[in-house]
Amino acid sequence: MDTGARTPLVEPVVDWRHRHLLDVDVLSEAEIMRILSTADAMAEVLQRNVARTPALRGVTIFNLFYEASTRTRSSFELAGKILGADVINVSGSGSSVEKGESLVETLNTISAVGADAVVMRHHASGAPWLAARTIDGHIVNAGDGQHAHPTQALLDAYVLIKEFGDLTGRKVVIVGDILHSRVARSNLWSLTTLGAEVTLVAPRPLLPAALSNGASEREHPLALPSVRVESDLDRAIVGADAVMALRIQNERLRGNLLPSSAEYARRYQLTSERIADASPEAIVMHPGPMNEGVEIAVDVAHSPQSRIEAQVSAGLAVRMAVLFLLIRGGA
Amino acid sequence: MLTSMDAAAMSRAITRIAHEIVERHPDPEPLMLVGMRTRGVPLAERLAVRIEGIDGRRVPVGAIDISLYRDDLAQRPHARMQPSRIPEDIDGAIIVLVDDVLYTGRSIRAALDALIHYGRPAVIELGVLIDRGHRELPIRADYVGKNIPTQRGDDVRVSLLESDGEDCVGIFVERLSRGR
Repeated sequence: MDTGARTPLVEPVVDWRHRHLLDVDVLSEAEIMRILSTADAMAEVLQRNVARTPALRGVTIFNLFYEASTRTRSSFELAGKILGADVINVSGSGSSVEKGESLVETLNTISAVGADAVVMRHHASGAPWLAARTIDGHIVNAGDGQHAHPTQALLDAYVLIKEFGDLTGRKVVIVGDILHSRVARSNLWSLTTLGAEVTLVAPRPLLPAALSNGASEREHPLALPSVRVESDLDRAIVGADAVMALRIQNERLRGNLLPSSAEYARRYQLTSERIADASPEAIVMHPGPMNEGVEIAVDVAHSPQSRIEAQVSAGLAVRMAVLFLLIRGGA
Repeated sequence: MLTSMDAAAMSRAITRIAHEIVERHPDPEPLMLVGMRTRGVPLAERLAVRIEGIDGRRVPVGAIDISLYRDDLAQRPHARMQPSRIPEDIDGAIIVLVDDVLYTGRSIRAALDALIHYGRPAVIELGVLIDRGHRELPIRADYVGKNIPTQRGDDVRVSLLESDGEDCVGIFVERLSRGR
């Protein structure tokens, strides 16, 4: 029953002032740490014989998912239920969305039946911002288009902080389809806010244009001093403390952006040889779902350095913390 | 502010409670102390040291955070949450729940709900440094350091060396001018 010699994260004294979680770019370091330390307490709740609490009793949460999802949707559902909320799942298929109901109509409908909070995944970037303007409840962005995925970034930060304690000066390499990745985009904000040095690695066509022209490695032109861009993984990975691979989506391979999965794997796959060049205590991460054998080698995905399972369990605790703070934090 | 208990009186009260616990639950009864965050935790740790001094027994000490179980969560924002820590299986254990001040009893109710999610203790008892009255639930303490009669509007503050730099109990009396 003892949870071991874990040192609890120190919770900063900071008032909670957010009604919604749309992206992590508006969160201060203290606010991110407040979420992560609350998640730490939630992780302990998950180890009890009866992992149920009455904290959100009487609260109704709608999971509104217009895109497929296993991890995010099920962990939000479970997070709400563990905290005592009623959770209702609405997906794009099987609902009135199939009959042509617009997003605003759907939002108004679930608001009318009494949604206190809406967890939303949508293929259109910015959709959760529209939702936050449309209805009264709390909105949690569970991934919008190619834009943001704040709870993924927070759970990644949680895994990294539990591993390293402090992220100041830690080198985090994110490799994959940076151009289309909301995970990379949100991680960029939270990791730099926490003091990590982030290197984004991708073949040139999968880097955002603003980042990829000019030299192969250069400073980010925006106000993010600790972000580097690199198209050579072998060079970027040297001395890294954490390496995060992103999924290569099949549609990218069918388009003209990449020659083939074999060619991508040859230059960008996380292999044990490449990981050997990282820091000796480096960890490997992946937001899932994985294409094992494409962006990550099978042995690396299941190696002792892999924190991919830890990411999934962290996801539950972090989502509990987010729902609790948004709904009960007083904002 | 009225000082209601100084460091020496607090030390005597903790020693006396430790003796009462040992008398009621002699070795080898499966005793565990669980402090309620935040000030119940150092009090539980001090009681464990005293109990070891009396009969040599090392009593496990846990900590429980009641944030998720409060009945006023919807009315007031929660302050901060720290992980609970229950060091051993509590099935069949004799648990003494420890807090600094017993007032309405609502925090104790929340702690009881949290505790039974870990298992089924044989007994749960309650030890408090101060009982200030004004219960709103049918809850009473088994071990009390000091009973202090108060008005509802008074503020009873326990300071502990571990968290506040000194050991004392102060009462801030409600201003008479606002009176009744």
